[in-house]
Amino acid sequence: MFTTINPGFFTTIQDEGRWGYQAYGMPVAGAMDRYAYRVANLLVGNKPNAAAIEMTMLGAAFKFDDEQLVAICGADMQAKLNGASVKNWSSFIVPKGSELRFEYAASGCRAYLAVRGGIDVPSVLGSRSTYTRAKVGGLQGRALQQGDVLDIGQDIDSEAGPRTLAAQYIPQYDQKVTLRVLLGPQDDMFPAEAIATFFGSCYTITEEADRMGYRLEGAKITHIDKADIVSDALCFGAIQIPAHGMPIIMMADRQTTGGYAKIGTVIGPDLMKLAQAKPGDSVRFEKVEEPAAVEALRAERQLYLQILESFKPKTAVLSESLQRYYQVNVGGTVYSVAIQEVFE
Amino acid sequence: MILARSALAGSCAEAAAGLKQTEKVVDDGMDSIRLLNAGEQGLVVEFGREINAELNKKVHRLARKLAAQTIAGITEVVPTYRSLLVYFDPLKISRACLADRIEQLLAAQEAQLPEQGEAIGNLVRIPVCYGGEFGPDLEFVAQHNGLTVEEVIRIHTATPYQVYMLGFTPGFPYLGGMSEKIAAPRLEKPRLKIPAGSVGIAGSQTGFYPIESPGGWRLIGRTPIKAFHPESPNPFMFAAGDFLQFTSVAADEFYAIQRRVDNGTYIPEITSLPRG
Repeated sequence: MFTTINPGFFTTIQDEGRWGYQAYGMPVAGAMDRYAYRVANLLVGNKPNAAAIEMTMLGAAFKFDDEQLVAICGADMQAKLNGASVKNWSSFIVPKGSELRFEYAASGCRAYLAVRGGIDVPSVLGSRSTYTRAKVGGLQGRALQQGDVLDIGQDIDSEAGPRTLAAQYIPQYDQKVTLRVLLGPQDDMFPAEAIATFFGSCYTITEEADRMGYRLEGAKITHIDKADIVSDALCFGAIQIPAHGMPIIMMADRQTTGGYAKIGTVIGPDLMKLAQAKPGDSVRFEKVEEPAAVEALRAERQLYLQILESFKPKTAVLSESLQRYYQVNVGGTVYSVAIQEVFE
Repeated sequence: MILARSALAGSCAEAAAGLKQTEKVVDDGMDSIRLLNAGEQGLVVEFGREINAELNKKVHRLARKLAAQTIAGITEVVPTYRSLLVYFDPLKISRACLADRIEQLLAAQEAQLPEQGEAIGNLVRIPVCYGGEFGPDLEFVAQHNGLTVEEVIRIHTATPYQVYMLGFTPGFPYLGGMSEKIAAPRLEKPRLKIPAGSVGIAGSQTGFYPIESPGGWRLIGRTPIKAFHPESPNPFMFAAGDFLQFTSVAADEFYAIQRRVDNGTYIPEITSLPRG
């Protein structure tokens, strides 16, 4: 059990999302940055779908009633445990009675706090994700408030202890992001010049950027005829272009259907970059074909396996045949030295 | 039915051989069905680009078929007015293989005559208390169309409406088939808070708000039923492809139904519609 001392700017409970009900108009919600969310759960040995806490721009503060193993990933919100800095992208023990405080995001936009066992709130339509617009999921369907008490669940997958993620798995959040885009489904509603403008220009994220969608501004993208379509389904990353010609990228809390032409879709593995981008940051789009997009997805899945592998204890395997013996003379004294290669 | 593929289209085997897969066009003789990309994990089956009852029936027929098939790798299917978004895992099923499976279903769908007696959906009765505080725009809709309030209610309750799709908010039905005689423009300035259950008209569309939300539809009445009940084992009262029929109830009956809804004893009036 732990208590919210300060809720921060917009702090919600999220998991992988509420899949299976979009046909009923129910948005998916779920973690905006699935990479940071997933790695946070891996760091504490949770199941991939365990509910974690997502903080936005300005972090929250919590007081822990019991000792817990927690992990922090994503935006660097300068976390402090009882006043002492703790490393981002790591898991650590929070002793009983401790305070864990997050501040302003020094880099990135969304930070994830995973607690071993996951956050235990009721599962609604198969998910614990908070969708605030319909007051569904999470804690009473809303963002956390001061005084909210959270229970710990049992979504444990494997043994875990304090760990730090190897540097090669830690993304650097840049204020300039490039997003790979697969054209469609309505790219035929745009002239070739407009598609060239879309891929050739730099767009800025406006203040209207939240869990539902990111509005961008920059060079106008024109339509051949009209911008409106008979509404069809919107996936995570769908890029709508309304009549004003400025892109809107649909995010985790997007409504299930939309009525503007969609020029393309940001590929799944690149959405984490956008989820960590803030108003004022710049975005460029890069055209990819389907095989490259599928390959990127494969690489992302591979990364989770590699990370899990990197947590396994390193057991040295000694092989007699690979032992080498040397005599080393140091300052007149001769030493016999045996050297073995160690394999992981 | 002839399945025609565009020159660029690949097949399952070609994709396995590493050939490029782009847009496909399936010609079912009447209109062309297009298979489009919605990211690496989305395939859109587009039956057309307009609102049309026949087209929408095809969407829901394919959605039902896909639900019954359980093709490995499909994660979710979202039917809309005129297309279907199929979410899939491209590491479990390639787009080309998925497209092949969908084409086979479409071919079977065209070849098969509709079976007599096969249910095409449910007809759900939606009790509505029209006018008064529940329907502040009923008078406007009547005046706008040169009708009496009673005539608007009679027309609005006369026929079942097909649920083309659900969207906007959980359980919000986009209905087809309302008479142009009671059409009315949206409010110029949308209301910030519309109570759950409010029944409205926007242009020639009608529907109701399952949860409290902002909105610009002209409100003509309110239903006591809850179309979205997240804690219930049946969280949604109806699905896309079903039909709704509004019936007029007096205020006392509205409150009686509301009490039963609140204490969980209300049983919605649902009948199965045979294919006709």
